[in-house]
Amino acid sequence: MSTLPKDDSMPIKGAIRIEDVVKVYDPDGAAVMAVDHCSIDIPAGEICMIVGPSGCGKTTLLNTIAGFHGLTSGHIYLDDEVLCGPGKEKAEPGSDRIVVFQNGALFPWKTNLDNIAFGPMMEGKLSKDEIYEKARKMMVDAGLEGTEDSFPGEVSSGLRRRVEIVRALMNEPKVLLFDEPYRALDSLTKSVMHEALLDIYYKNKVTIFFITHDLEEAIFLGHRLIIMSSRPCKPKKIVEVDIPHPRDYSVLTSPRFREIMNEAKGVVNEEARKAFEAGEKEG
Amino acid sequence: MSQSNATMNLTMYRISSWLKSPKPYLMFVGFGLVLSFWYFSVEVWKLPRFQDMPSLTEVFEEWFSEDPYYGLSIYTPEYYKHIGISLRRIAYAFCLATALGVPLGLFLGWSQKLREYIFPLFELLRPIPVLAWVPLAIIMFSGSETPVIFLTFLASFFATTLNTMLGVESIDEEYSRAAYCLGASRWQTFVHVVVPGAMPYIFTGLQISIGVAWFSLVAGEMVSGQYGLGYIINTAYIMVQYSQIIIGMITLGLFGYVTSALVRLAGDYMMQWRVRELALGGD
Repeated sequence: MSTLPKDDSMPIKGAIRIEDVVKVYDPDGAAVMAVDHCSIDIPAGEICMIVGPSGCGKTTLLNTIAGFHGLTSGHIYLDDEVLCGPGKEKAEPGSDRIVVFQNGALFPWKTNLDNIAFGPMMEGKLSKDEIYEKARKMMVDAGLEGTEDSFPGEVSSGLRRRVEIVRALMNEPKVLLFDEPYRALDSLTKSVMHEALLDIYYKNKVTIFFITHDLEEAIFLGHRLIIMSSRPCKPKKIVEVDIPHPRDYSVLTSPRFREIMNEAKGVVNEEARKAFEAGEKEG
Repeated sequence: MSQSNATMNLTMYRISSWLKSPKPYLMFVGFGLVLSFWYFSVEVWKLPRFQDMPSLTEVFEEWFSEDPYYGLSIYTPEYYKHIGISLRRIAYAFCLATALGVPLGLFLGWSQKLREYIFPLFELLRPIPVLAWVPLAIIMFSGSETPVIFLTFLASFFATTLNTMLGVESIDEEYSRAAYCLGASRWQTFVHVVVPGAMPYIFTGLQISIGVAWFSLVAGEMVSGQYGLGYIINTAYIMVQYSQIIIGMITLGLFGYVTSALVRLAGDYMMQWRVRELALGGD
């Protein structure tokens, strides 16, 4: 992993090991295999991009790590501790793995500041003053100054996403799980969000598990692309992105970026076509 | 402080733009049309079937007379006693319905098991019209006050409970998942996600509840009791004092409107986030 940040403060925590995971849905008697003997090893501090056609089962995998769903067989480890596996079908949702949702899940009834303070307030390890001081500081660091007392519904969707990421970071998670968070954003806002995300990542080294079907986004952000096959979901090809971090938008026009793009594109298109022909639903 | 200022400005802005719009003048035209139809049909054209109707002049002369012919006008303490007693019954019934209906609705929406126990019974009782409860109410409760309050309470309670339950069901699952992810316990999720998330539906329920409370109050007062606006209407009918019927009806309309407006105001006060979001037109 030559492209991983070689910083002393780099976390030694947050490694995810997905080992031979199978997830079968059985909603109406007809078993549907969503994840098929999937194994992925993500070292701590890596930005791992999971790329695949819509409905291939990527979100199922994320939900299993987060603890929203159980798995059928296999193991998932976080830093060599079993999150779920035989005997513990479903992982316990917890603040060491925080999800940033596809449609955004900031609480519309809380101000941005209260949203950001929510996690630590629930855990109750720090005093209220300490939490709010930290929350204000993190908002300033992320360029969110002046929106503290606004409600999420009053700010732009790009800003909301940033508030949500800051909220996730407040609990000092080991892993951030992104479920196509920028899907609904226009491409200009998206590019701003990508740089903002990298900026946040350089300041808080966490492991990032990022689901997307946007190849450009995947190559720009990730250390590694894991291209998934269409349902059932299983790694089809792993692409290393050996463009050094920190990156900015000039990377997009570099020859190396194009080369990686070409390498990945063929595989992704083939899987997308298969998914389309199989008539998979969005999701 | 700044938050309440912003709300204040918003209210002022709304009032001034309302006055600049054609809305208030159209409203006066609407009132004018109805009142003049009343005046012409009864007093000038004397349409068939309208000859026994109390006329506009008769009603208003009686209502604003210092020495009313039938003993009830804005100058008689008797008039306010009727209003006061009706309002008190509404207050008891509405508060009781809210105090019982909101928590019950929240728990019904929150707990699958509780819903399975209670909801079928609830759905069986709900369609029974208030009037069908009158005999039972009189047998079950002593005096004239409690049966009326019970009848007024019933319909309100069903409306509040049902809407609150629907409110809980309407909450996007991602909000609860986000709360669990951020380390909230089940109870904390209930307090911080379920209750505020259901709030818009709760207040829709309370709007309906206050409306049906007046409806059932009048039904109750017509059968039982010696005071109240429903009692005035019923007695005036029996005693052939027709102008008093209209006075009772207009008074009911006025107080019904004011109490609904109060519930709406309380809702706006408790859901600042929604008021501000709607004021900006969403995004």
